[in-house]
Amino acid sequence: MSRPAQTEKFKNPVVQWIDERLPVFTMLIKEYGVFPMPKNANYFWSFGGMAMLMLIIMIVSGIVLAMNYTPHTSMAFDSVERIMRDVNYGWLLRYIHMNGASFFFIAVYIHIMRGLYFGSYKKPRELLWIIGVVIFLLMMATAFMGYALPWSQMSGWGVTVITSLFAKFPLVGDGIVTWLWGGFSVDNPTLNRFFALHFLLPFVLLGVVFIHVWALHITGSNNPAGIEPKSEKDTLPFHPYFTSKDGFAVVVFLIVYLGTVFFAPLALTEFDHFKSYDSMVTPPHIVPEWYFLPFYAILKSFVFDFTVILSLLAMGGLVAGFPAAYVFFKGDVKKRNLAFKALGALLAVLVTITLLALVTADLENPSAAAYLKVVIIPAALQGVLAMFGSILLLVVLPWLDSSPVKSARYRPIYKKCLLVLLVSFLVLGYTGAQLPEGWPVIAGQIATVYYFAHFLVILPYLSRKEKTLPLPNSIHEDSCSASKGK
Amino acid sequence: MYKKSLPLVLAALVAFSAPAFSAEGVAPPKQHWPHQGIFGTYDKGALQRGYQVYKEVCAACHGMKLLAYRDLAGIGYNADEIKAISAEYTVIDGPDDEGEMFERAARPSDRFKGPFANDKAARAANGGALPPDLSLVVKARHKHEDYIHALLTGYTNAPAVDEKTGEAIEVPTGMYWNTYFPGHMIAMAPPLVEGGVTFADGTDATVHQMARDLTQFLAWAGEPHMEARKRMGVKVMLFLFVFAGIMLAAKRKVWAAVH
Repeated sequence: MSRPAQTEKFKNPVVQWIDERLPVFTMLIKEYGVFPMPKNANYFWSFGGMAMLMLIIMIVSGIVLAMNYTPHTSMAFDSVERIMRDVNYGWLLRYIHMNGASFFFIAVYIHIMRGLYFGSYKKPRELLWIIGVVIFLLMMATAFMGYALPWSQMSGWGVTVITSLFAKFPLVGDGIVTWLWGGFSVDNPTLNRFFALHFLLPFVLLGVVFIHVWALHITGSNNPAGIEPKSEKDTLPFHPYFTSKDGFAVVVFLIVYLGTVFFAPLALTEFDHFKSYDSMVTPPHIVPEWYFLPFYAILKSFVFDFTVILSLLAMGGLVAGFPAAYVFFKGDVKKRNLAFKALGALLAVLVTITLLALVTADLENPSAAAYLKVVIIPAALQGVLAMFGSILLLVVLPWLDSSPVKSARYRPIYKKCLLVLLVSFLVLGYTGAQLPEGWPVIAGQIATVYYFAHFLVILPYLSRKEKTLPLPNSIHEDSCSASKGK
Repeated sequence: MYKKSLPLVLAALVAFSAPAFSAEGVAPPKQHWPHQGIFGTYDKGALQRGYQVYKEVCAACHGMKLLAYRDLAGIGYNADEIKAISAEYTVIDGPDDEGEMFERAARPSDRFKGPFANDKAARAANGGALPPDLSLVVKARHKHEDYIHALLTGYTNAPAVDEKTGEAIEVPTGMYWNTYFPGHMIAMAPPLVEGGVTFADGTDATVHQMARDLTQFLAWAGEPHMEARKRMGVKVMLFLFVFAGIMLAAKRKVWAAVH
């Protein structure tokens, strides 16, 4: 048996010896040396690498913190303070870790926004995008459990508020909450499992990030023009072009991050995080970490219970929809049938849940009026569903937006809508931190409506109707005109 | 010193007791603290005076269980002074070889001895209220140092009626009216009185002065490594700025030929 003769690739005999047996060096050269990057990729393409760096920083600092931390309700708070006071450079480790979570999210939010703006979720990168959403969900779970570990007032009460959300689900809700807590209240078993999972999930995250990068290296990076590379003139090798560019970007990012660690380490933290957890004293204002606030605001935007009377009104509307659809789609039988099916399905769902609610209703004084007021979907459950839905929506984004043009540069209306989405998200971030009263509630509700309308109504509409601008012929042409424009 | 700061205190009290007394309390006036800012360091003299105020006044009711006597090296005491300070306290240790608990003088490695055996004892001695531990109090309050100082100096007579509801205000026995405390009714009696301590360095022990010093001591207690952190931060930032410059130059050189 003879193998094809391997050509000498590496001058260093040790490297050559290893590479013949395990081609790690060949792989590194292929994926990070000569790997073709669209040459017009701007600094927004550096945030993926920054997020990767943050994950590594979090894992390394986290492991050392875990060596000094005690996951017990009676000792957790003091053990964190011991790290801050008595462990050599413990204060540095802790501030790197707790601010690192914030900067990990900053990098990832910018990375996601980049994807939305330049259409990085579109064919052929749909799966790459979906894996990214999984990463985001895992990050949120990990960050949430990490926030519990110091066992402060914000830890304990944050865990109580968020885990209690699952109690809003009918029938199985209470069971889920008891299962999550490992008991009938937020207590030591809760802290123990949160610590175990907070230690485990980052490594799961690392694995999913590997798959994310793998998928990226199959399709190659998107770019600001949103067109695929056609010739060698369109790309540059990853090294030295993007190692140098990302390297500079990472150092600037580190300046902001470490500047916060050393000079304003508490800027992003609530003061109640420095009181140990007391299940008998509820803090006046329980707020999650800033990176959860937009989703928390969506949760709080739902204030009306969906009752039988509202359901009946909705049913009436749907029934009226049949003749309306008949007239509207007069010329197109196919579309008409589709509309009929959709209306019918919605009606069936409404009737089913209304009947279920009526059957299970336990009324003291059964009367017509009382039955009309029976709650089908409580406001809180609507909020929970909307909060999870707002993230899961991103999974189907590649199919909600079917416009063949990727980059918002060539989609004038989409660009404006995306700006409104960004503003809505920031408004939600602000209102999420406010007490649920007065104008912030209304502002949050408007922003919530826009958030869902953007994805569910505007994008499907724009993908068919929007007049896009002419695309450049090639990435090379795009980057030449960009440099001439300066 | 006293004469200089009295009008300040009065002005502060008048200025900030005027706004409506909401349940959330009144925003404390913004102050400058020497340890704030990128290059801010603790004023060791103030920390030692603040420790004296804590030891002679606050410690009657409030513990600081996260601090050990040896930590006092951070406010400028040497090993002998710390030994002398810790020796003033008696702690219970044991069990010894006979299985008995015994009393001994505290050592520098012991944590600050608290005023009460446990929370129940603390509540029993304070009319049901629990004096909070002060180790982290500056970090654990909204507006941090400004709030602590405002609270310590914010005792006034209660207004006759609530401005919003128009109802008469009655301060129950054992409670005191404080402008800055959320809800205004606080179980802590005004802790600082003019000349309540005699400072070793001759500083006038005005209420304002004691509150300033104590607040700085409490800020240090919550963040004892702040100076080391900032010193390291300055070096790290200098390095990163130089490094960013080198990286930018390298990037420009690499990309120079790309069109």
